[in-house]
Amino acid sequence: MKNNILIIGGGPAGLEASAQLQRMGYNVILIERSAKLGGHLAKWDRLFPDRVPADEVLGGLLRAAEGVKCFTDTDIRAINRLEKSYNVRLTNGITVLSDAVLVASGFDLFNAVRKEEYGYGIYNQVMTNADLEAYFKTGNDKRIENPKKIGFVHCVGSRDEKSGCRSCSKVCCATAVKQAIEIKQAFPQAEVFCFYMDLRLFGRHYEDLYLEAQKEYGVRFIRGRVAEVSENYDGTLLVKAEDTVASKPLKVTLDLLVLMSGMRPSASVKELGEHLGMMVEEDGYFSVRSGISAGQRSPQPGIFLAGAATGPKTLPETLADARAAAMEIERYLTEIFPDARNYKQLVKERW
Amino acid sequence: MIYEGKQKIWSEYQKEIPDDHYFYVRSCIRQSFFPASEATFLDITRNVLGKDIFETEHHTTCGGIAYHSDTIPQETVMTIIARQFALMAKHGYENYVCSCITSFGLYCETMETWREYPELEAKIRENLWKSCKLEFAKPKFLVHASDLIYKYRNLIAAQAVRKLVNVHTGEPLKVVEHIGCHYSKMFPSKGVGGAEYPYVLVGMIEAWGGEIVDYPERRHCCGFGFRQYFIKGNRGYSLSNTHKKFESMEPFKPDLIITNCPGCPYFLDRWQYVIAESTGKTYGQDGHGIPALTYEEVAGLVMGYDPWDLGLQTHQVGVEPLLDKMGVEYDPAKKYLGKDGKDLGSPQPCACLK
Amino acid sequence: MVDFGFGLVPSSRINLDLFDKEKYEELAAMEPDVRICMACGSCTAVCTAGKFVPTSLREAIEAIKNANSEKALQMLESCQLCGKCSMVCPRGINTRHLILSITKVYSKK
Repeated sequence: MKNNILIIGGGPAGLEASAQLQRMGYNVILIERSAKLGGHLAKWDRLFPDRVPADEVLGGLLRAAEGVKCFTDTDIRAINRLEKSYNVRLTNGITVLSDAVLVASGFDLFNAVRKEEYGYGIYNQVMTNADLEAYFKTGNDKRIENPKKIGFVHCVGSRDEKSGCRSCSKVCCATAVKQAIEIKQAFPQAEVFCFYMDLRLFGRHYEDLYLEAQKEYGVRFIRGRVAEVSENYDGTLLVKAEDTVASKPLKVTLDLLVLMSGMRPSASVKELGEHLGMMVEEDGYFSVRSGISAGQRSPQPGIFLAGAATGPKTLPETLADARAAAMEIERYLTEIFPDARNYKQLVKERW
Repeated sequence: MIYEGKQKIWSEYQKEIPDDHYFYVRSCIRQSFFPASEATFLDITRNVLGKDIFETEHHTTCGGIAYHSDTIPQETVMTIIARQFALMAKHGYENYVCSCITSFGLYCETMETWREYPELEAKIRENLWKSCKLEFAKPKFLVHASDLIYKYRNLIAAQAVRKLVNVHTGEPLKVVEHIGCHYSKMFPSKGVGGAEYPYVLVGMIEAWGGEIVDYPERRHCCGFGFRQYFIKGNRGYSLSNTHKKFESMEPFKPDLIITNCPGCPYFLDRWQYVIAESTGKTYGQDGHGIPALTYEEVAGLVMGYDPWDLGLQTHQVGVEPLLDKMGVEYDPAKKYLGKDGKDLGSPQPCACLK
Repeated sequence: MVDFGFGLVPSSRINLDLFDKEKYEELAAMEPDVRICMACGSCTAVCTAGKFVPTSLREAIEAIKNANSEKALQMLESCQLCGKCSMVCPRGINTRHLILSITKVYSKK
């Protein structure tokens, strides 16, 4: 008989894992809180570093997951752990007896309103990376009307004790460089500035993206965090930062400011954690069995994790994580789970 | 500007301000700079609004000037503050209101330090007992006098005889609000509206019919820090800070500046004179300056007090253009006459500043 | 005018609104790799003249971008054109050519 596997979260991690597990022959049930599948990927225009269209990648993921039972607008009502399996009651009334649960709850973007000094939601010409990505998709944003001087602020809500997140969000630097190029392509006469603390361009082709931004598009990178944004009489923005390389405070008048909002643990973590009895670390992401050798297993037998639920990840890392989780689930369901007599012993040895 | 964005932030930084029964402490220098401000505060709160604002002649400075100039250590200033609190407890009050904003910052700093280091609080208790046999109780609520006027702003508006409106054009006056640095920059949660978009003076202006000007250097210090101006060699920095603010607010053409600190209106007023006389530049219309008033003076003006009873003649920047805009009746001849009609002498006219 | 014994202090803040884009484009046309300097400081570290007198191509490029071309020229005054900076630049910039281009474009004739 085929095992049931419940996947919580219909973003890239959930979709990729469900496709793999279905291919392996399992009975996959995927639930997604919101009305649409695809998670944040559905809202993006082009992906760094090579600027492939996001909807192509999403299309591929959705096609591969065809045949998987997907319930959107669905959440968990209650979960009971039986001896080995999980009895899950969903909000759509359906009950699933699941032999393994994969948590792929993803991330939320930091709410940039909380960085009061940047004036998001107060000054008209301030927007976030998500807003800009939406602009690239739709061509429509009343803040963007032939801007002549554009600034990007790295690390908004990341590496920032005051807003509650010490760590780096990994993907924003590459996104900023990508968006700087894209906006320069849209407005070739504009001057573009990127205000950064450190440029984290660690992946393959990322350095080339940086070089391209500087060489082909003349983007100016200023090492210094934007500290204060105000509005001039004519509605333009007065931006203050320090050029730490020159060791001098700096000011510039900009027509548009884009805030690189960082990644935060999904708001669903608290509820999910309670339902499943899962532990969360100080940074708000779920704990894993071992950060290096068992990153897709939670400390509890039968509960698996994939994607940004365990920390900021790039999209290729998320997909690789999802495939690894599928493999871990398969190993669990063939080596540990079937042996009812020695289950507890096997969990002790091999989980 | 998206006003609703600011409103959301203001709603997050609400502060509990009790309605009545306060122990009031005065400022060291406000009575010299703005003679009628504290008197007007007491007149409005006690006589017009009927509140219980108590003060004793035995209270002293909070020690802020000496502390911020590095002449006394923190323990000494904490003991002085403890004595102030002891007087408050002795007279049966638990709400504390102070007139000076640096004091307010210092009181907040002291209370926070005591909260984090209870052993220091115990030591100060001992110090106070040894030095003057007094025991102190920490105030339950600590507010600044501008917080109180903010709390009463609608009561004042209800009894006001005029609004912050230009009677000739019908337009609201454009008002720049300047918050003292020590109000909320150190402890944003202790200020109404937080540190980035403080609401205490904005609330007053809105209640009294004016229009707020938000200009780029709004948050910038005016330069009244003791370290910035005590020594003549440093004073240029203080002057330049105020200059930066005026250059930034100029395009918005404000009619009035309202402040809640002892020093800020002083410098925003006097440095306009220095800038005018040393460079020839003025920031008001036709060679006038922009009047810089304390919130008590503005409250007094909307309540119908005589400008000369409010001490407005002591301002270096002439307030007459503002009074004319607001339609205030005043007698120019009485400007430099004392309470009994005695001639107090008048200042020499300035070369550049009218 | 009255002398009070103290006066306005000039601002030492960099004002990017004063950046001369036209002149910079003239320089970039001559030496496009001025755009790709990443301010690593390798050139300054090995500079022959820099051991004795403040000399730094990194600082000169930064000064140009910060609207301070006098400082840029000052930083390159003592350059010996020895080529040590070209040897070490990780981005492969032809630094000697860049130095000569900067002095050509920004010197007042």
